[in-house]
Amino acid sequence: MRTVYAIHGGIHPPEEKHLSHPGKVLDAGLPSELILPLSQHIGAPAEPIVNVGDKVKAGQLLAESQGAVSAAVHAPTSGTVTAIGMRPVPHPSGLENTCICLVPDGADEWITTRGVEDYRAESPQTLIQHIRDAGISGLGGAGFPTATKLLARDRCAIDTLIINGTECEPYITADDTLMQVAAEQIVAGAEIIAHILGASIILYGVEDNKPDALKAMQAAVAAQGDVGDREVMSFPTKYPSGGEKQLIEILTGKQVPSGGLPADVGIVCQNPGTAVAVRDAIIDGKPLTERLVTLTGRALGKPCNYRVRLGTPISHLLALSAFTPGSKQRLIHGGPMMGFALETGAVPVIKTTNCVLAPTHEELPAPPPAQACIRCGLCAEACPASLLPQQLYWYAKAKDQEQLEKHNLFDCIECGACSWVCPSTIPLVQYYRAAKSTIVEARQDKQRAERSQARFEARQERVEREAREREAKRAARKLAAQKKAESADAEDPVQAAIARAKARKESVVKSEDVS
Amino acid sequence: MGFLKITSPHGHGPLSTGKVMQTVLLATLPGVIAMTWFFGPGTLLNILFGGIVALGLEYCVMAVRKRDPLFYLRDFSVLVTSTLLCIALPPYAPWWLIVVGVASAVLLGKHVFGGLGYNPFNPAMVGYVVLLISFPLQMSTWASPRGLADVPGMSDALTALFANSQYDAVTMATPLDLMRQNTGLLVEDLYRQKAQFGQFAGVGWEWVNIGFLAGGLWLLYRRIFTWHAPMAMLAAIGLCAAAGFDGGSSNSGGSALFHWLSGATMFGAFFIITDPVSSAVSNRGRIIFGALIGVLIYIIRVTGNYPDAVAFAVLILNFAAPLIDQYTQPATYGHDRRDE
Repeated sequence: MRTVYAIHGGIHPPEEKHLSHPGKVLDAGLPSELILPLSQHIGAPAEPIVNVGDKVKAGQLLAESQGAVSAAVHAPTSGTVTAIGMRPVPHPSGLENTCICLVPDGADEWITTRGVEDYRAESPQTLIQHIRDAGISGLGGAGFPTATKLLARDRCAIDTLIINGTECEPYITADDTLMQVAAEQIVAGAEIIAHILGASIILYGVEDNKPDALKAMQAAVAAQGDVGDREVMSFPTKYPSGGEKQLIEILTGKQVPSGGLPADVGIVCQNPGTAVAVRDAIIDGKPLTERLVTLTGRALGKPCNYRVRLGTPISHLLALSAFTPGSKQRLIHGGPMMGFALETGAVPVIKTTNCVLAPTHEELPAPPPAQACIRCGLCAEACPASLLPQQLYWYAKAKDQEQLEKHNLFDCIECGACSWVCPSTIPLVQYYRAAKSTIVEARQDKQRAERSQARFEARQERVEREAREREAKRAARKLAAQKKAESADAEDPVQAAIARAKARKESVVKSEDVS
Repeated sequence: MGFLKITSPHGHGPLSTGKVMQTVLLATLPGVIAMTWFFGPGTLLNILFGGIVALGLEYCVMAVRKRDPLFYLRDFSVLVTSTLLCIALPPYAPWWLIVVGVASAVLLGKHVFGGLGYNPFNPAMVGYVVLLISFPLQMSTWASPRGLADVPGMSDALTALFANSQYDAVTMATPLDLMRQNTGLLVEDLYRQKAQFGQFAGVGWEWVNIGFLAGGLWLLYRRIFTWHAPMAMLAAIGLCAAAGFDGGSSNSGGSALFHWLSGATMFGAFFIITDPVSSAVSNRGRIIFGALIGVLIYIIRVTGNYPDAVAFAVLILNFAAPLIDQYTQPATYGHDRRDE
């Protein structure tokens, strides 16, 4: 039994997990059209390799990953590619992005898939390539390509794999449900990932508000027998314990250095859904084409967890769960703390869609106008990064970039705990996001300015050098002429004039010869 | 269909600034009740009259500043300012004293700096010090506590407030004055000979302080503020008093218990220095802030010439708060603690 460490700050918003009946999964079925964005992950968008009109089978590669940080896109069912173009996608900006549209034929015919027979006999590089080919990116929220994350093994010695089953956001129960229904697959996936990383320890972190998931995970880990240092750890429910850095501190007592990665302290974190996707890719050879999505909120008649094909329009899921929009209706992609509001239900489910929240206005009322900051310090008590949010707020308003950086603005994980507790309902996180992007822009501007200054100086130097060289040449010519003149002076001027005339004559004769 | 676009977080906690301020107001009750019991209804009347003046002023200022006055009145902050000032004023003060005090607190203490949240000094203490310097006589006239004299009734109080006549009931030196002026008596004898001394400190004062302590502990329990500043201040006063006790000689500054339960100690510790706007922001900073206030209170009480020292000590440390903040930034997650 390991010690559970306490983290600074945190809040206890109403959990509302019971709404979506964790542990129960419904199938979302086939919508009339699947919309597959080429960017469902962090990094470069995938490159389509199919054309409009192509017939594809389920599991077939539609778009290849591009470069080191990218993830491929596969067909979640068989059908016809009807369009490749701009569609609304789930993104805080609300902008459109390139998607592949697929109309299912209803047959759901799969390509033949083949898994790896004994992954322990394969090299980590081969297994990572399989994971890359399966288009897996983190299913927890950020969507970092999993293969790229696992390459940390080449850079750092990894001793611990953490499976993050915290799910600390209120309302969401997708991971809770997955741990209840697919504990064996999670454990199998975790073993594969640990094998790739060369990690000897696997820690499963589960908040204590999920007793059923905890039991299921403990049973699945125990069923493996003694395969090494494995532990399912339960810890008190508190938001945001599921933040990667927070969970690492809770389970190991270590802090990830500022600006660093968990790999720097020998740790890699994965979401349970990602572990299952890795298992399916390695054992069954199946790419990532579906995930669990929590549909919840009191504007839904039948909130539940659904097994959803990627690309399924959210409107399809809303119809399944009896959505009755009210006035000032909000639709949130993700949880209430860090999720972003969607403008339309036409956007599809992507690899990072863990929850679609449709609250009533009474349930999550729009914030009242902000009042004055009285520096009460509740935000500083709630901040899991031990920042001073009230100071950051004042500096952000004053656009004091030096103080913002001195107060470690960039260690803010944007969890929203400060905004949640703020008695004056100041949208603090919004100020930090804006300040961060302003500073990043300023840094880029500075880099650009430095580059152009360097270019300018190089040009200046070249121009001066050329001028110097010209000057030197001129001086040399002058010197040569002077010398010549001096040597000519030394001779008898008459003789010299004769010689010159002779030379001229000769040159004329020569030039005539040539012509 | 278009959905409402709002950035995260989408939920909000139960606490609002208005509720925080109301809780603080409520927490002054035990202390105010004790004051009313021992000194009569003067303080209560001060608070009511001061509150009306403050609300009116805030309304006018907000209207002049072209903001919605009702929106700003709803945060209750101006009532907290006026209530805290009126608790600090002597009971049976004339109406103009209260008007000048409240106006100084609200206008000079707060609005000239930009309103709530922008004031570098505790507004109530600004108002108090303006009065103390301008009207020292009125400000040092304290009624005698119940048990030593008859406590005035409501009609006396109204007369004192509005009839513009100096309230001439029995007033006497407070225990803090006696302790400071004492040159010949052992502390023991002082307690025995002077009627103003009660069980632990002054008659009445000890219970007023216990009342504010109770209200303050309740605020701590409600997590309206943290323990750092008040506890540091009380600890500092206690240490200074222990150091200056001098075995209870005629030179003694008084015991720790005497200082804890005299004057505005508990009121200052839990209601004045906990004003978040003008104090240091980090927990470590608040410990330093509170401790230095405690030290200053003791020094001014023992060597100064004013009835009490809380207001000056608080204002001086308000000056220092930004400097304290500069050196007490807490270690952020992922930063080496030795760097900080």
